[in-house]
Amino acid sequence: MDRTEKLNTLTANALLDKLNQREISCDNILSALNERISQVDPKVKAYVRTGTVPFKTTDDLALRGQSPLPLTGIPISIKDNICTEGNNTECCSKILEGFKPPYDATVISKLKKSGVHIFETKLNMDEFAFGSSTENSCFGATHNPWDLECVPGGSSGGSAAAVAADEAIWALGSDTGGSIRQPASFCGVVGLKPTYGRVSRYGLIAFASSLDQIGTLTKDVRDCALLMNIISGHDPYDSTSVDAPVPDYSQSLTGDIKGIKVGVPKEYFVKGMDAEVKTIVEEAIKKLETLGVRQSQVSLPHTEYAVPVYYILATAEASSNLARFDGVQYGLRKKSGGDNAMIGMYKKTRGEGFGEETKRRILLGTFALSHGYYDAYYLRALKVRTLIKQDFDRVFADFDCIVTPTSPTPAFKIGERAQDPLSMYLSDIYTISVNLAGIPAISIPCGFTKKGLPVGLQILARPFSEEAILRVAHAYEQATEWHKMRPNL
Amino acid sequence: MAIDKETVDYVAHLARIDLKSEESDKLAGQLKDILGFIDKLANLDTKDIPPTSHILPINNILRQDTLKESLPIERTIENAPEKNGNFFVVPKIIE
Amino acid sequence: MKYETVIGLEVHVQLKTNTKAFCGCSTEFGKEPNTQVCPVCLGFPGSLPVLNSLALEYAIRVGLALNCQVQEFTKFDRKHYYYPDLPKNYQISQYDLPISKDGFLDIELEGKAKRIRIKRVHLEEDAGKLIHEKNTSLVDYNRAGMPLLEIVSEPDISSPQEAYEYLTALKSIVQYLGVSDCDMEKGSLRCDANISLREKGTTALGVKAELKNLNSFKAVKDALAFEAGRQEAVLNEGDKVIQETLLWNEQKSETFSMRSKEEAKDYRYFPEPDLPPFLISAQKIEEARSEIPELPAQKKERFVKEYGLSLYDANILVADKKNADYAEERLKAWGTEDKKPVANWLIGPLAAIAGNNNIQISQVRIPVEDFLELIDLVENKQAISNLSGKTVLAEMFSTHKKPAIIIQEKNLAQISDASSLGGIIEAVINENERSAKDYRSGKENALMFLVGQVMKKSRGKANPKVVQELLKEKLSK
Repeated sequence: MDRTEKLNTLTANALLDKLNQREISCDNILSALNERISQVDPKVKAYVRTGTVPFKTTDDLALRGQSPLPLTGIPISIKDNICTEGNNTECCSKILEGFKPPYDATVISKLKKSGVHIFETKLNMDEFAFGSSTENSCFGATHNPWDLECVPGGSSGGSAAAVAADEAIWALGSDTGGSIRQPASFCGVVGLKPTYGRVSRYGLIAFASSLDQIGTLTKDVRDCALLMNIISGHDPYDSTSVDAPVPDYSQSLTGDIKGIKVGVPKEYFVKGMDAEVKTIVEEAIKKLETLGVRQSQVSLPHTEYAVPVYYILATAEASSNLARFDGVQYGLRKKSGGDNAMIGMYKKTRGEGFGEETKRRILLGTFALSHGYYDAYYLRALKVRTLIKQDFDRVFADFDCIVTPTSPTPAFKIGERAQDPLSMYLSDIYTISVNLAGIPAISIPCGFTKKGLPVGLQILARPFSEEAILRVAHAYEQATEWHKMRPNL
Repeated sequence: MAIDKETVDYVAHLARIDLKSEESDKLAGQLKDILGFIDKLANLDTKDIPPTSHILPINNILRQDTLKESLPIERTIENAPEKNGNFFVVPKIIE
Repeated sequence: MKYETVIGLEVHVQLKTNTKAFCGCSTEFGKEPNTQVCPVCLGFPGSLPVLNSLALEYAIRVGLALNCQVQEFTKFDRKHYYYPDLPKNYQISQYDLPISKDGFLDIELEGKAKRIRIKRVHLEEDAGKLIHEKNTSLVDYNRAGMPLLEIVSEPDISSPQEAYEYLTALKSIVQYLGVSDCDMEKGSLRCDANISLREKGTTALGVKAELKNLNSFKAVKDALAFEAGRQEAVLNEGDKVIQETLLWNEQKSETFSMRSKEEAKDYRYFPEPDLPPFLISAQKIEEARSEIPELPAQKKERFVKEYGLSLYDANILVADKKNADYAEERLKAWGTEDKKPVANWLIGPLAAIAGNNNIQISQVRIPVEDFLELIDLVENKQAISNLSGKTVLAEMFSTHKKPAIIIQEKNLAQISDASSLGGIIEAVINENERSAKDYRSGKENALMFLVGQVMKKSRGKANPKVVQELLKEKLSK
């Protein structure tokens, strides 16, 4: 496939160049995307509700030449859990059927202010972001563009698959325990989870408030930097967004990573991980060394506790955040008889509206907070979270970055882990600690397995050091071709 | 911690979720496995470790007492499954 | 009675901020349903709370005014329960680290002081309102998210009357601070009560009942009195009081059990992840302290000291801040050292007018100078009698005329000169020979009877002091 011909295959930066040169119009981009979507989305199923909401054409877009906004004409696709005013935003859950938020998420307002065109049709995800495979969607699973029998990862599987399949220029996702990085790794794209507090959560339908962060899925690191420039920054509507200056991330892509100190945690290379993934990641680390980084082994001793801590904290917060889905103000309502019609309505609405994994997590979280168990589970998990955070503090006292595999395995087959929640939870083993520590991390493509499935390299840094991550990721990307590979669809 | 069907049913009631009997059986088994895995946290001595509820070292995030526009009524009740004039309607509440 | 009553009160006070606790919606009362709402107070998916700085400020002031320890570190927690007036099905409240705790409030009961300890004062958001129709309930979220202070007393209250005094004192303090209207009718002050009985001399707490739906201070008092009686009867029968929530039925004057089956409360509190904690510095506390005006207890003391008021009179005047300000303006403007006459006129005739018209003292619209002029005419110049003075005051209130004009129009001027009174006095002595004789033989009481007769004959216009002097003079001859 000749990628230069097809606008949908280009990065946002490349499209901006063409727009600025007046080589193309905004309409050309949308037409290319629409064509691609109609070709491949029936197989990939990255978008949801495609039948009901037509893709908008550019009739309402000002011609770029007349617009003072820097990104006019560049479209973006959005995960189904980020509110866009007047557009269905359902978290791929039956319980939010038909929900049209009366407001835009702060990231959406920022994108609109930059001239970015928001795709109305949204991207598939695990219901309420509960999952690592995008199988838990009320709209059905998304398929991995590299192997349609495999999962794209999750929960931002729709976002990653759409970008990988050139059905989207770039996309927004959300990451609570790896939901951007793991699908980015499975689909061979670039996925960044920013520092907790870097990007406003206002308008992101909450899964676990203390861990959630909106982030980017892009075709390369340069696009990641550009998108971060737009969505980052303090938001007075989010008490947990930090009032710190936002650097120009594009400026951090200097290509020079000589002398950067990188730690490789020994706990991340243990039995149970896929041998091919291990080799590919080790190769990638060697490549970084040839580019001038100084790497040494480090230890994050509490790594093994990250998954249990996460599944207490994330489910407890989720059980609380999802309490509001009760059929009173919006979404699904199922009435019930019985002597207390109100309680009956709550139970029936939630019993029928939530999928299996959602119910499982709500129950686990409710249990962890319930009378008599709080100290043993929730409080203890908060304390171990402190230990995990301290592990990172110690390493970052001496190192600029940490590199790890993003996932212990490449994409697995659809249905393979669906009946075993615990094995599914363990697929997030390398990504979860980052959310618990609140630090930023990226996944970039670093190779392919013999079967042709992408493998991701994860790069972590101190809070608010996205620049360091982007610099290393960009240098690696410049020195390799992995990010240019595209699936045959 | 063993979690049985009875606990699952109690928690499901707290969370206002109808479960079919076979569902609570299945969930009891799954939650038991998950909690068994989580119980490894008990191996750590956390007595003197402070809990981390907020990962950010920020505090005193406040806003001024300044009026902002409320939503127009049409937007407020646009999504309502059942409405009556300006009101959301729910089944009769018994106190 | 072999039992003593143990009462603890939970008072909710709605703070008078412009906007809600966690969003910029207006707190104005009585607007069209669901018009003062936004994604935040509706709990719409994706919305997040940001605390109103003034609500925090007000909460600190109330804590200080109630002699509490304001905490250096405070945070919010989520309290979970399902109810359609609660948009998120959790309430942002405070669990283990309230803004302030361990305070007290001194009340006065039959002249004796009693200290009621305050357990905690915390900030939380209000729920919406339900209107019950025949087959459905309607939800209005205008009130959802309004800032509420919950003020919890220790179970130090030992009678319904004490509960009443505690509420009165608390309301008075909060009103003085200017942080709430404390209007029970509008729901800006609400009260729940816990009540139990125990055998006198014991210290363990008995099983308590929680009383709700108490819509006035009187309802609190009546419901508590009823419930104390009910529990005593239960115990005397040898039965056990059951822990339950009871609603007060004002019409029937009785408590009744809630119809809905109450379940064990499992609120699943946990720290609100959307709100980082709050650190209240010593400087911040001092700033808040400097914003606290003179409170009723201090004002009362000052009124007694500065204006020579009786404790009783001062108590009446300071209970309501507006009344106290109204009174003080008049007491200050009174030119002579002795302020007693002004206090008497405020608490006596003026308060009577307010009472008859169902308004507060502070709402009696009579200009300061007119009011003081009237007192001067009665007390110093003795131009009219005390009795006529009251008539003039009532007339001043209804017609807004100057006292001198009313006196003239109504011909109320007091007669003080001997020549004008001579005839009447002569006549009274003649008509009441017996009393005259009694007085002469040493019965002092007889003189007052004769003064009364003169007053009657003069239709109240005679100056009683002058009459007394003249009578004495006449009878001693």
